[in-house]
Amino acid sequence: MNDWYITIGLEVHCQLLTQAKLFCHCRTDYIGKPPNSLVCPVCMGLPGSLPVMNHNAMQLAIRTATSLHCQLLPRVVFHRKNYFYPDLPKGYQISQYDLPIGVNGYFEFLTQGEKKQVHIKRVHLEEDAGKLIHEGINLPNNSSGVDFNRCGIPLVEIVTEPDLHYPEEARDSLIALRDLVRFIEVSDGNMEEGSLRCDANISISSHPDHMGAKVEVKNMNSFRSVFRALEYEIERQKKCLEQEICVLQETRHWDEVHEITVSSRGKEDAEDYRYFPDPDLLPYIIQEEVIQQIKSSLPELPLERKERFMIDYELTEPEASVLVQEKSLADFFESCIQELNKPKFIAKWTITEILKNLNALNINIKQSKITPSSFMELLKMIDKKEISGTIAKTILEEMFQTGGRAKEIMAKKGISQINSEKEIEKIVHQVIEQNPQSVADFLGGKEKAFHFLFGQVMKTTRGQANPDLVKNILNKELSAEE
Amino acid sequence: MNIDTVKAFTIEDYQNAYKKREFSPTEIIHLFLDRIRLLDPSLRAFLMVDEAGALQHARELEEKKFSESDFPPLYGIPIAIKDNICIHGLPTTCGSRILGNYRSPFDATVIEKIKKAGGIFLGKTNMDEFAMGSSTENSGFGPTRNPLDLNRVPGGSSGGSAASVAALEAPLALGSDTGGSVRQPAAFCGIVGFRPTYGRVSRYGLISFASSLDQIGTLTRNVSDSLALFTVISGQDNRDSTCAPYPPFSSSDCIPENEIKKIKVGVAQEYFTTGVDPVITQRIQEILEILTNQGFEIEDVSLPHTDYALEAYYIVAPAEASSNLARYEGIAYGYRCNQPLNLQDLYTRTRTTGFGKEVIRRIILGTYCLSSGYYDEFYLKGMKVRTLVKKDFEESFKKCDILLTPLTPCLPFKFGEKSHDPYQMYLADVFTIPSAMAGIPALSINCGYHQYLPIGLQILGAPFQEGKLFSFATYLEKILAVPPPDIHSIALEKEVLR
Repeated sequence: MNDWYITIGLEVHCQLLTQAKLFCHCRTDYIGKPPNSLVCPVCMGLPGSLPVMNHNAMQLAIRTATSLHCQLLPRVVFHRKNYFYPDLPKGYQISQYDLPIGVNGYFEFLTQGEKKQVHIKRVHLEEDAGKLIHEGINLPNNSSGVDFNRCGIPLVEIVTEPDLHYPEEARDSLIALRDLVRFIEVSDGNMEEGSLRCDANISISSHPDHMGAKVEVKNMNSFRSVFRALEYEIERQKKCLEQEICVLQETRHWDEVHEITVSSRGKEDAEDYRYFPDPDLLPYIIQEEVIQQIKSSLPELPLERKERFMIDYELTEPEASVLVQEKSLADFFESCIQELNKPKFIAKWTITEILKNLNALNINIKQSKITPSSFMELLKMIDKKEISGTIAKTILEEMFQTGGRAKEIMAKKGISQINSEKEIEKIVHQVIEQNPQSVADFLGGKEKAFHFLFGQVMKTTRGQANPDLVKNILNKELSAEE
Repeated sequence: MNIDTVKAFTIEDYQNAYKKREFSPTEIIHLFLDRIRLLDPSLRAFLMVDEAGALQHARELEEKKFSESDFPPLYGIPIAIKDNICIHGLPTTCGSRILGNYRSPFDATVIEKIKKAGGIFLGKTNMDEFAMGSSTENSGFGPTRNPLDLNRVPGGSSGGSAASVAALEAPLALGSDTGGSVRQPAAFCGIVGFRPTYGRVSRYGLISFASSLDQIGTLTRNVSDSLALFTVISGQDNRDSTCAPYPPFSSSDCIPENEIKKIKVGVAQEYFTTGVDPVITQRIQEILEILTNQGFEIEDVSLPHTDYALEAYYIVAPAEASSNLARYEGIAYGYRCNQPLNLQDLYTRTRTTGFGKEVIRRIILGTYCLSSGYYDEFYLKGMKVRTLVKKDFEESFKKCDILLTPLTPCLPFKFGEKSHDPYQMYLADVFTIPSAMAGIPALSINCGYHQYLPIGLQILGAPFQEGKLFSFATYLEKILAVPPPDIHSIALEKEVLR
């Protein structure tokens, strides 16, 4: 049995969060828009049109390179990558070649409890291509259409060094990269919607000193498929090597349905892209002030923040991971702590209840009607045992719907805590009478029965009874039954 | 009023006549449309004449009232436009079958500017396909003929624009100059051709041939019209990144006439080689003598890399063209071959049947020069030579203000004379290419006739020093007093009467 040396490198494309496309004024929110509704002569590559750099996209790309600790090149040049494909209306893609925005960077990520580093070869800016449509919308039989809406949307391409060795590492580093681009607010990093795309290069060798044939795997649309595709590819290549079959240097596509990779012969065969500097665009000189400005505007990066959360607030790794997935959520969490110094308690409520509501509404915290102060008003009441958790959950749901304050909602709905011992005693009696079996079980030593009876009391009061009082009285009354 | 009334008119003369209400824009447009109808079946300078559009434009202008101070600088001036400059709604073919059915959905920046200045477009003029050629013989729609001799070429690639102005089918025209495509046809047709500094005029809406060399230029019957038209079309444009951040040219950049003799004239021996027709060399020597007698200082300068410019140009320009012309593949617009079997077949047949021979030659040449393994040897070397050519000019302009050179090595040639030999055809641009490679401004004026064929003189200036060029050219035009092409030339009259 051989030892296998696996080497993986990633090429990640992120759509930048600009309002306008890279070289024209067309809008970028193409999802759900009719084909060819967000186009102009420039992004359609019509004769006579010329590209003009969107400085905002350039800033976001520099921001990305900076947060990846890249060395920034002072003179950035755009090259034309020439090839024919129907989704590429100019017959070339404006991209970068030997003078990209940033080189030689790195980033860190956690995988299986360990902190690792991936080196970045380069970060560059380029335009996206259009999309072929093979069915639907008024297409005659046997024909395809082209939708140019996506054409010209700015992409930042991040190429890592082949520093990764396991599918888990590839997946976890990609997740960390996704968190990063979200955190620095350059991309929404959504793999399913294609705003984050990943190709992987993988090679396997039986000897640590030389690499095997490089296989590029494309078309992986989720973190899971990156993991699965690499796992599959490792097994496939191992089998080849074990049977002494040569692994071809090629591009393979991940088939999501059958969970296999398939060779995509033809198109990429030794393609010569004839890169040359785009004469329509002047070299871009990045001023030192701009770099300084961008550096000073960068937020604390997700991994740093995650580690700080774990140390300062004593959160577990999974808790901290969830909180730093989005900068707005992490900011929200920290604002809450300003109002109520109970980080573990707030973290628990944020991760479960806030995220549950956000997911149900399919929005992020910024888009919601909840503010740290309104949320803390609610949590303080739980903390002071003025309301039960159950009630609080109902109120929170209402707060998400209407944006009202917790106390207003309680007043409107007639929710208040029952603190009267007499009233609770009455209900406890009622519950004991109605559930003789559970009482008998409890007396017979079944602790579980107590929880059931407690739950029945809370249910009867629609959660409004003070739970501590209920526990005391229930305990007292049950001992009396003995 | 007839065509003879306006044959010696400058833009200023038209403006004065309009102000005095001697005639209206509509009358002028009719005059030129009639002229085109009469001559163009023989000349074939126009690919498309926009009669309805031009007349409507004229009427719209007449409905507006202008005071003396806001009178638009090109009010009622008819203009012919080379067919590689986009006008909204009009066909824009670049002289190519591959764009035979294409209409542009937008105006070029220069078109917007001319519209705003009151200019009226007569139509689109013929050209060598995608501006590749020096005779208009490469047009996908048949050649244009030289109004001075219908058996000879009008030059190219802006041959349609040059012929239309020389025959006074239009008083002025726009062309484009990549390696000499405005200046050489102007010289062959005996008119004034002007190529501005690269970056002076926006290229937005000019269909790219070689982006780093293309520049829109003017073709006119006199120097002052070139200056006036240049003033309108120049200036920064936020739709073209390569357009220089300078305001439009202003005639205040010119040199007062009493200081004209301070202009130092340079002469480079590299432009007076054995390959030049002695008739041309001799005429330019005469002019240098005239200038010396007038009290001008003539300085000998050297441009040692001139010989390599042509070769470097035929690497850089085709390289850029091979990429710029990749978009003509029959997917979103333009010509598509019949019943393609698959994508590869669609690309191959669309491009091999849609493009002409010369365009295909240059695409192959350019593709080769950019291919991996050849890039350093060809494209990169070509660009290095280009830098050296540029430096030659920089050095020269330390010693003089302008350079005088012959515009072409030969007089207008006959149809078919060079079309079988691409290299001979390329040599027709040998004197216009170095300045294009350097991006400097250049003027071509008619400095005399050999029998009835015009001789072109080239005046070169330092970047953005168009003021000196125009001042000198205006002076030279006055002292040489070479008449513009005869609009009743025997050639034209004979053919038209028949």
